[in-house]
Amino acid sequence: MKRFTISPPVAALLLAVILFVLSGLLPNGFGSDMSIARAQALNILRLSVFLGVIAAGQTLVIISGFEGIDLSAGSIVTLTAIATYVTVNGADEKVLPALFLSLLIGAFIGLLNGAGITFLKISPFVMTLGMSGVVTGAIIIANHGNVSGKVAPIMTRLIARPLSPEFPIPNVLIIWLIFGILMWLLLERTTFGKNLFAIGVNRVTAKLSGVNVTGMNLAAYSLAGALAGFGGFLLVGNTGVVMIQLGQPYLFPSIAAVAVGGTLLSGGKGSYWGTMAGAIVLTLITSLLTTMQMPDSVRRMVLGATLLVLISIYGRQRSLRQ
Amino acid sequence: MKRFTWNMLMTRYPAFFALILLGLAIIVNFILQPNLLERDTLNSNMRVWLPIIILAAGQAVVILGGGIDISVGGIVSIVNTILATRVGLEGSPDAMWRYVALSLLVGAFAGAINGFFVAYLRLQPIITTYATSFLYAGFALYILPNPGGGIPATVAELYRNTSPLGLPLAFYVIAVVLGLWWYIRSTRYGNYLFAVGGRAQAAYETAVPVTAVQFSTYVISGVMAAFSGIAITMLSGSGNADIGSSMTLNSITAVVIGGTAMSGGVGGVAGPVMGAITLGIIQNIVSFAHIDTWWETLVKASIIVIALATPGIINLFRRRE
Repeated sequence: MKRFTISPPVAALLLAVILFVLSGLLPNGFGSDMSIARAQALNILRLSVFLGVIAAGQTLVIISGFEGIDLSAGSIVTLTAIATYVTVNGADEKVLPALFLSLLIGAFIGLLNGAGITFLKISPFVMTLGMSGVVTGAIIIANHGNVSGKVAPIMTRLIARPLSPEFPIPNVLIIWLIFGILMWLLLERTTFGKNLFAIGVNRVTAKLSGVNVTGMNLAAYSLAGALAGFGGFLLVGNTGVVMIQLGQPYLFPSIAAVAVGGTLLSGGKGSYWGTMAGAIVLTLITSLLTTMQMPDSVRRMVLGATLLVLISIYGRQRSLRQ
Repeated sequence: MKRFTWNMLMTRYPAFFALILLGLAIIVNFILQPNLLERDTLNSNMRVWLPIIILAAGQAVVILGGGIDISVGGIVSIVNTILATRVGLEGSPDAMWRYVALSLLVGAFAGAINGFFVAYLRLQPIITTYATSFLYAGFALYILPNPGGGIPATVAELYRNTSPLGLPLAFYVIAVVLGLWWYIRSTRYGNYLFAVGGRAQAAYETAVPVTAVQFSTYVISGVMAAFSGIAITMLSGSGNADIGSSMTLNSITAVVIGGTAMSGGVGGVAGPVMGAITLGIIQNIVSFAHIDTWWETLVKASIIVIALATPGIINLFRRRE
């Protein structure tokens, strides 16, 4: 009695393709013009990268279980975007230092999250929520009305532009693909990854099997912070400007992307491929709703209903009756 | 002996720390604002905090049952927009009470939608209620695209300045909420609630109607969100589809500051009520301490994080001894 099953990442990706094809039939869709269709598809994929990278850290802490979640991701993105913007200030040679600074800031905030969660036993939801408030406060002070800075030309070329005119794949997509492979290696081919899944399934058995649960938890949250920092770095390269609410709109979608990608929010099971697919689906739906020129209210309701349908398909928990 | 007492207090009365925190906050606030306990100040503070207090009480029930409700802000917004558009500034108080009744039904219905997906379809609470929060916030925006509308001034006045026996109306509302909670806790349903939140699988195996209990927590939360929406509408006197969006996360923070664990099954409603008041007082303190406006958010958030961290810090030190 083997039931026909389809893995969540594949299902999400299939859904994205179907939705995209259907969107072509809309009055203002691409119709039968393949070059427009390709341009639209590439643009949606390009926009998915930012959500996808920000959701990478979210995937790690959610897999680590114990109600793991990172609500500070949005404000970390904003903070590191501002830090990058100010540090780079238009100079190509400052890009690498800015990247390291972003990762460092993110990792530090993540470490604070991890410390509060592991040592002070604060639940991840409120710890990271409180941290988000603190970081937002820091942003307001740092911003103090206005920041002056500039994105470097090399960032725009790497993030916002395609590889070459003949080969119009956005560079950032290639970065994302490499990033995805690295994330896969981290989760599936390293001790860190194995231990992460182990503590996500059951902390007690993991500890008894010799996993350093405290260290893993600290590492997971620090890494999640660093990845959110990387997201901020990429995002500012795309927008070219910073504002105080830059990262916040990505916060809950990053959790939704993880859930839509089939990662269990209770931890211990999931993949980054799923999150990537989830990010693509969510970005696709959001941009489709925008192009359909509905009023904001209807758009929100449709988005809510679509999310409900998506998670109903494979976000269900185990039945109580076994 | 002392060790026993402390542990007993912390485990048996999770709200004990919330009480200390509340006392501390009141003292600091009193120093900065000596007229804090005068009738008018008390009333003007309590009527502002009441919506979040009610919301936190409902959120506490869901969290106790092992869930979480991110959609409460959306329900508050729906109720606010219904009242503001259907009653109107020139409306009669009679119409107001009719729509108040309707609002409660809407709240229960919205909660039932959450409960259906979480309890019966077994979807993950945080992401489900996040999705429905879009449904509800979108619906509120659909009812009232631009801020406006209102309720009759006489009704708003009733909420703002009723103080029977010299005590603000909010105290009576809180008393009713706590009274109801203490009654519920003593019933079989109360036991079920703690059982489901503590360990749903074990509860199921001992014939507790887990699904029905989980469903009911969301309906309760929806109704409480509707009450909260009614209160905030009577406070502001006008309609704004965005009014509830900032309240959701505050209600969750209030629950946790109130000593109710996010994992479910531990805590109560009294703690979260105190937690909500503490949050209000922290805001007061920050405003009255004459902190540079740029620093306000950081100071407020830091106080909240410290408040959340203190029980953990105390435990760390106690373990070291």
